Amino acid sequence: MSILDVKQLTRSFGGLTAVSHVDLTLDQGELVGLIGPNGAGKTTVFNLLTGVYPPSSGTIVFSAHGQTTSIGGKAPYAICRAGIGRTFQNIRLFKELTVLENVMIAFQQNQRYPLPTSLLRLPGFGRAEDEIRDGARELLEVMHLGHKAEEYAVNLSYGEQRHLEIARALATRPTLLLLDEPAAGMNPTETANLTRLITQIRQDFGLTILLIEHDMSLVMQICERIYVLDHGIVIASGTPDEVRSDPKVIEAYLGEEVDHA
Amino acid sequence: MKNPLVRQALTLWVPLVLTYVIVLLLVQAGVVDAYMQVTIATICINIVLAVSLNLITGFTGQFSLGHAGFMAIGAYATALVTMRFDSIVGFIGGLLLGGIIAALVGFLIGLPTLRLRGDYIAIATLGMAEIIRILLQNFEFTNGAAGLSPVPQYMDWTWFFVLTVGSVMLIRNFVRSRQGRDAIAVREDEIAAESIGVNTTRSKVLAFTIGAFFGGVAGGMYASYFYVIKPEQFGFLKSIDILVIVVLGGLGSLSGSVIAAFLLAIISTLLQPFPGVRMILYALLLIVIMIFRPQGLLGNRELSLRLLPGLRKRRRDDAGTEAA
Repeated sequence: MSILDVKQLTRSFGGLTAVSHVDLTLDQGELVGLIGPNGAGKTTVFNLLTGVYPPSSGTIVFSAHGQTTSIGGKAPYAICRAGIGRTFQNIRLFKELTVLENVMIAFQQNQRYPLPTSLLRLPGFGRAEDEIRDGARELLEVMHLGHKAEEYAVNLSYGEQRHLEIARALATRPTLLLLDEPAAGMNPTETANLTRLITQIRQDFGLTILLIEHDMSLVMQICERIYVLDHGIVIASGTPDEVRSDPKVIEAYLGEEVDHA
Repeated sequence: MKNPLVRQALTLWVPLVLTYVIVLLLVQAGVVDAYMQVTIATICINIVLAVSLNLITGFTGQFSLGHAGFMAIGAYATALVTMRFDSIVGFIGGLLLGGIIAALVGFLIGLPTLRLRGDYIAIATLGMAEIIRILLQNFEFTNGAAGLSPVPQYMDWTWFFVLTVGSVMLIRNFVRSRQGRDAIAVREDEIAAESIGVNTTRSKVLAFTIGAFFGGVAGGMYASYFYVIKPEQFGFLKSIDILVIVVLGGLGSLSGSVIAAFLLAIISTLLQPFPGVRMILYALLLIVIMIFRPQGLLGNRELSLRLLPGLRKRRRDDAGTEAA
């Protein structure tokens, strides 16, 4: 059953077409990679899927919990509530807040209590807050950040900040998780740990995952299918082995023998 | 266990009640003269103004230059209601009405402008406050530039204490709640906040409306203490005065706003005979802070920070033992 169905997705910025007629389908529970050279339009695809900008044309249909949502033109918060969570390539944490608070803010979107309860500390406030705090703490444990809960996010190491971004995205209870270069800046050991973690959360949370990554060992190891993007166009898709041997992919990454620049 | 409650009583309620009783006794004994009473009133009003603006600018990150506009609405509402219904019920009603109208105006101004990012909000709020001032100057029922007087005086130390402490507590409760954390997330990173499901426009409008409400209440406190209100008292400079308190105390620090309100009210009262020097001093102060402490006296931390790590640690220990 397909959870995400993208058809002819196009986005232009002035004269530049960053993403052009992209077709992309994700099945329930799949782990799919989106790769391509720098500037290929990978992050733009993520931004279109999460509503950061509306598409110039094309459709995005997301189906979760038996509900089908058309994403194009929806606000990012509404898309998040429909069940798409994401992380950012250039980490976007709430730096001046603690690690726990970062996750709590995401978690509390599903644990609502009314304004008078907040202002007047009505009965139920403490319990609701405890639920939010405990829920957030659990997710920190999953991402191996439990011991850092009271640290300010800005003081975390680079790898920990990436873990925190994933914990925060998980706290929104997504069915589809978009990871934008989760292993960027990590050393091989950290990347290996992250690889295990991604497979684990996918299983434990029943997630479908689409990930952008430059680390080919990670991509080839865990992705079941791969889409290759170059100059905004899908130039190849298939299993890691198929993609690896595709001449168009090799050309996009290494260049043609004949210079056409 | 019982510890947090006992701690809260010792660090919050006991000092508060003591302050109230001591000042009350000093006023009744005649130790606090009329001049000092004006200073106390100014401090209380400025605390409410600064804390409510801090909610908008410091916690939610929306740069507002129009807080005097909300104050004017509250002041005129309270004055008009109490001049017609000269009773304690009229006073409370006027105060509430002022807050509600200010909140309504804040909501209506905020809805279109807070969708925008950055400087638009500063310009829009500045324009709003000027429009309010000019309307008050030209309406007949507000008595034009001459303003309203005499406004019946209901504000005494007890009212100042209750309204100031009440306002600060309500805003503190807001900031330390789900809605408050949403607002802070908007300040920290709007795109990230949206991506985790925070309706940022709604969050901004809510904080703006609540801030406007308490700005209105502060205006009502002002009107009901100082007898005379005129449109010119609620001009651009008043908005700047409030902003100075917020920046001096630290954007995102309620206790910082309270301390700065004390500091500046005292300085301002001392310098009242020299209005020219007062603004120069304000400017100098701002420059000095910008240089030596750009984050304000307390930054975005609270005065109780020394207590908070202790509380936090214990919470974590509790969680740990429960798990084990």
